[in-house]
Amino acid sequence: MAVFNLTINGESNQVDVSPDTPMLWVLRDELDLVGTKYGCGIAMCGACTIHLDGTAVRACQLPVSAAEGKAITTIEGLSENGDHPVQKAWLEIDVPQCGYCQAGQIMNAAALLKQNPNPSDQEIESAMTGNICRCGTYIRIKQAIKQAAANS
Amino acid sequence: MTLVKTHYNRRSFLKVSAATGGGMLIGFSWLTRCAPATQEAAMAVPDEWFDINGYIKIGNTGMVTIYSPNPEIGQNVMTSMPMIVAEELDVPWENVIVEQGSLDEDAFKNPQFAGGSLSIMLGWDALRMAGATGRRMLLEAAAKEWGVGVDELNASEGMITEVNRDRSVGYGEIAPKAVGIEIPDEVPLKEPKDYKLIGTFQKNVEGMKIVTGKPLFGLDFKREGMKLAMIEHPPAFGMKVGDFNEAEIKGMDGVEDAFIVDTTINEPAWSDVNAFPQLIAIVGNSTWKLMNAKKALKVNWETTGELENSAMHMTRLEKDLKDGTVEESRKDGDVDAAFASAATVVERTYTSPFMAHNTLEPMNFFANVTAYKAELIGPTQTPKALEDSASKLLGIPVENITVDMTRIGGGFGRRLYVHFGLEAAAISKKIGAPVKMIYTREDDMTQGTYRPPYLSTYKAGLDENGNMIAFAVRGVGLPEGSVFPNRFPAGAVENYSAEKVNSTTNISTGAWRAPRSHFTAGAEQSFLDEVAEAAGKDPIEFRLALFDRAKNNRVGDEYEYDADRYAGVLRLVKEKAGWGENKPGVHRGVAAYFCHNSYVAQVMDLVMEDGKPKVKKVWCAVDCGIVINREGAINIIQGGVVDGIGHAMYSELKFENGSSVHKNFNTYQLIRHNQAPEEIEVHFVENEISPTGLGEPGLPPAVGALANALYKATGKRYYHQPYSTSEQEPINIEIG
Repeated sequence: MAVFNLTINGESNQVDVSPDTPMLWVLRDELDLVGTKYGCGIAMCGACTIHLDGTAVRACQLPVSAAEGKAITTIEGLSENGDHPVQKAWLEIDVPQCGYCQAGQIMNAAALLKQNPNPSDQEIESAMTGNICRCGTYIRIKQAIKQAAANS
Repeated sequence: MTLVKTHYNRRSFLKVSAATGGGMLIGFSWLTRCAPATQEAAMAVPDEWFDINGYIKIGNTGMVTIYSPNPEIGQNVMTSMPMIVAEELDVPWENVIVEQGSLDEDAFKNPQFAGGSLSIMLGWDALRMAGATGRRMLLEAAAKEWGVGVDELNASEGMITEVNRDRSVGYGEIAPKAVGIEIPDEVPLKEPKDYKLIGTFQKNVEGMKIVTGKPLFGLDFKREGMKLAMIEHPPAFGMKVGDFNEAEIKGMDGVEDAFIVDTTINEPAWSDVNAFPQLIAIVGNSTWKLMNAKKALKVNWETTGELENSAMHMTRLEKDLKDGTVEESRKDGDVDAAFASAATVVERTYTSPFMAHNTLEPMNFFANVTAYKAELIGPTQTPKALEDSASKLLGIPVENITVDMTRIGGGFGRRLYVHFGLEAAAISKKIGAPVKMIYTREDDMTQGTYRPPYLSTYKAGLDENGNMIAFAVRGVGLPEGSVFPNRFPAGAVENYSAEKVNSTTNISTGAWRAPRSHFTAGAEQSFLDEVAEAAGKDPIEFRLALFDRAKNNRVGDEYEYDADRYAGVLRLVKEKAGWGENKPGVHRGVAAYFCHNSYVAQVMDLVMEDGKPKVKKVWCAVDCGIVINREGAINIIQGGVVDGIGHAMYSELKFENGSSVHKNFNTYQLIRHNQAPEEIEVHFVENEISPTGLGEPGLPPAVGALANALYKATGKRYYHQPYSTSEQEPINIEIG
């Protein structure tokens, strides 16, 4: 066990966990930030996507020891009032069905638009392909990303 | 005018009281069917009809809160069902708040069931009755207040207004007075032409919570003092737990306890499917440490049955198709004679492998079991079944067990089965503390309750004019064959035979989104495409001619579909897709299927990109009666199409030594963004028929339309799923 100082959604947090603990479980078990979801544990589904210094990463593969000193953003901190352009587009297009994967999809999409404000269809597909939606809302996700790009 | 009763045999379906904080509270049963059709049905009116489990609160500000007790598995009933109430109550949707019934209040016990695309169909009467009763009681309260007759008043958009004079009052203001009005015996319902809200586009009422990551799902549930637990089930079907390195595991950092639990129950119900009633449980406070403890397990597994593999499954299917016992069948005319006289005979065999549900939220449940009580909370499609089974397992009477639902991170049939709730309960009982039990993805994908593998042979005989004079199908599955003897084309072919054959496996299986219909639609609709081609006919015209026959000169006494509605969706999709237009490089397939009381036809456009098929656009025509929420209805049909394409194209569980070879998403393929269609257009047949389900019917035709489009693109017929990886050489198992 060791103490780690983490900056999450702009706030400082201290956790006492073993250094190999993935950020996914630090967020969910230690800090009650459960918006970041567990889907596969091997970076194959994208449900646990968070931002590390602005870049999308899979929290299930990020040991807490590698997150210290970096800015972590989770779905809870993406915007103050759920009004990030990507979140707004998700609501306007009415994307979710069961909703379980959507936090990961939104975080991945937000990171994509930060790097590439006007992605082509193909760029959206290749950036989003690591995020599974078992309900099959892919068409609406793509529409929402385009709408967010147009409105931001 | 349609009138519905608010009671049965002097027992009321409703309970009205003053609401906390002012206003009126109408309690009703979401399970009520207001008008038993026959005396026989009336005799069997179940007690659940009188369990008050839905509430409408008309606050004194005029805001209306509708508490939904229903399982939300992504089919969006938390939006569409309250829309039905709000329509009849006649309040503006902006003034409606929808809340999930609170988990801790007795008022919201006995929630509903989500399966078989039944939520809307079963809720339709009760929801309209509850809303209409509220509106009527508000009208009567205002009439009494003003000393006028109810017929001199109008209620609309949350306001009551006099017809002749200009007095008006808001629902909120009159609601406290309506509490004292006697519940009317019967209430009038609106005519569909007068609907203002039903049929409109409304957004998911939980959208904001979902996009901001609020704790909604079972996996997110937390209670003060709660422990975490993980399980290890046997690695193969045909194995059970012997013993394990208990002392070593208990000594690991973060492990508080480790033991074997047994969830075997007497007289199991259909929802108790479970190949692994005994399993190892490890308890602690950190998911990560529990995952590490699982990896450190050394277990002596005992082999108790045959360890099956995929080659063995195929051999068994082929053998049992010929030799197995027919469980269900239908015969019209003289099939053998018709085949003997046919100018052309087409006979083809179709197969599909085991598949997993793979809900993205793995199985999990919270349980707090004490000596006399059990509290269970989590994602289940069948709370009542879990309650009953928990009662048997724990020896606690049903009335001391509560089951409450969280939002569900995907169902697809997987959460109709209750073993994971029982496992949480058994662990909680053993440790004497509240616990949340969670599966890893690997636990989830290897646990079973799979979609069974199927093999069916179809045979058609055509006369020299290309008319189908004989049709036969015989199908087998592990364990149940996928044949519906009274569905299409039953009733449309003079000489017809359908035989369902069952087989065996020790791998556990269960319902999977549109059970059996998804396979049958794929096989039958691609077979008919091939038969139409052999007949030299357009595939849509060929089907329409069969529906004409079923309608005008039906063969046999019964069949399960409405030929007009079936033909209706085909005609609609033909028009919307511009069937008959040929675009260079674009390959088209069509299919139609009826299941779960709704009709769906699809046209699919496919192109080849870098040698790989890509679906460009899909047109869907849907007849589900009255559409409640157009936005949600389109979304779920689109999802069904993507799901159907995905599983037919890519998904397969192979077995070796009794164990699924695929354990996570690195080897089990699910459809992804770059493989999804670019566009899916959804059109509804407009009618005034009572609404039917949409969770399942969108999926099955996609399998057939895909196979038919693939044929146009490659010149090769697709008989074996998954289409992307299976050899497509015909393996014809003749059925004589």
